[in-house]
Amino acid sequence: MHEMSLCEGMRSVIEDQARQHNVARITRVRVEIGRFAGVETKALHFAFDVVMRGSVAEGAELVTLDLPGRALCYDCMKEVEIEARLDPCPLCGGGKLMPQGGDEMRIKDLEVA
Amino acid sequence: MCTVCGCSDGETKVLGHSHDHHHHDHDHGHHHHHHYHDHHHYGHGPAGTEVPGMSQERLIEIETDILSKNDRYAQANRAVLTQRGILALNLVSSPGSGKTTLLCKTIEALGDQPLAVIEGDQQTQNDADRIRATGARAVQVNTGKGCHLDGHMVGHAMEHLALEAGSILFIENVGNLVCPAAFDLGEDAKVAILSVTEGEDKPLKYPDMFTAARLAILNKIDLAPHCDVDLDLYEANLRRVNPGIEILHLSARTGEGMAEWLAWLRTHLAEKAIQEAAQ
Repeated sequence: MHEMSLCEGMRSVIEDQARQHNVARITRVRVEIGRFAGVETKALHFAFDVVMRGSVAEGAELVTLDLPGRALCYDCMKEVEIEARLDPCPLCGGGKLMPQGGDEMRIKDLEVA
Repeated sequence: MCTVCGCSDGETKVLGHSHDHHHHDHDHGHHHHHHYHDHHHYGHGPAGTEVPGMSQERLIEIETDILSKNDRYAQANRAVLTQRGILALNLVSSPGSGKTTLLCKTIEALGDQPLAVIEGDQQTQNDADRIRATGARAVQVNTGKGCHLDGHMVGHAMEHLALEAGSILFIENVGNLVCPAAFDLGEDAKVAILSVTEGEDKPLKYPDMFTAARLAILNKIDLAPHCDVDLDLYEANLRRVNPGIEILHLSARTGEGMAEWLAWLRTHLAEKAIQEAAQ
């Protein structure tokens, strides 16, 4: 969707952290991306390389960790895990599911040179 | 999005009216003075980072949301709005759903209710001009290549508007059913506008936006008989992606459904006044 903006957000967080921890170079960035976050990981990798140029994370490896999608089924009122946003409830087959997580976009950790 | 300070030259500009310059502080404490008359440019301003020495740590655990900076701007906007009992609505839709026409009719119908409008588009001041023609205060934000408004842009736009306590702030987001869903602006609710000519499956194709919205307005309802639409299917698809969504049928052209929409606005404005009083 807007992977470039996301990487600019990441750069900002990474530079703040590098300053706080007195770090000159970041070699690996691990991010957790929820199944429903709408993030295209290929586009994210491409944008990451471009946006990190000239920063402490230039040339760093980007690792994306998938988080499952969870939703509340309004038919059986149970919280279930689903693969895709429009999947039916795996328990009762109901079609009205409200996401309860899976939209995460979070930097987990940074590996320092 | 604004990276470190975000106030250098960029693709985004705020086109206000009377302010010919302003300045503001950021958390790292330096000032920018803008002298662009009624243009305000901002974009990306990554700072060169000079870091002497190096830590011994191999791994820094941070667990920080990528959009945390945006969320901080949004929370700051929300605090200002709540303090003054201002109801802020983020209007989202695809281009051409009739957002601006609905806004113009809403402004006329609300009479002397104080309100203001922030208009987001990639280019042109057309929408802010249309809103100002109704007599309402409006500021246009041009996002350049940006596909959504963010909390920082809206914060600056709010500075231009001198918002009255107890007013309604309508934020017309960039016409786009994807990106604006993820960016909190500090609003009380997202209102999705979906015109009946767009197709019943739009909520299924772009679920995030309709999941994030509290209210969906099915607009141009007067056209329904002419374009073979199934209004029940629209509602079923909206509820499939957001079982709790409220739905209104409306025609900005004929006025059908306007009374319900105005009642919805007044109810939520009253709730905001209670929140303000509780503070």
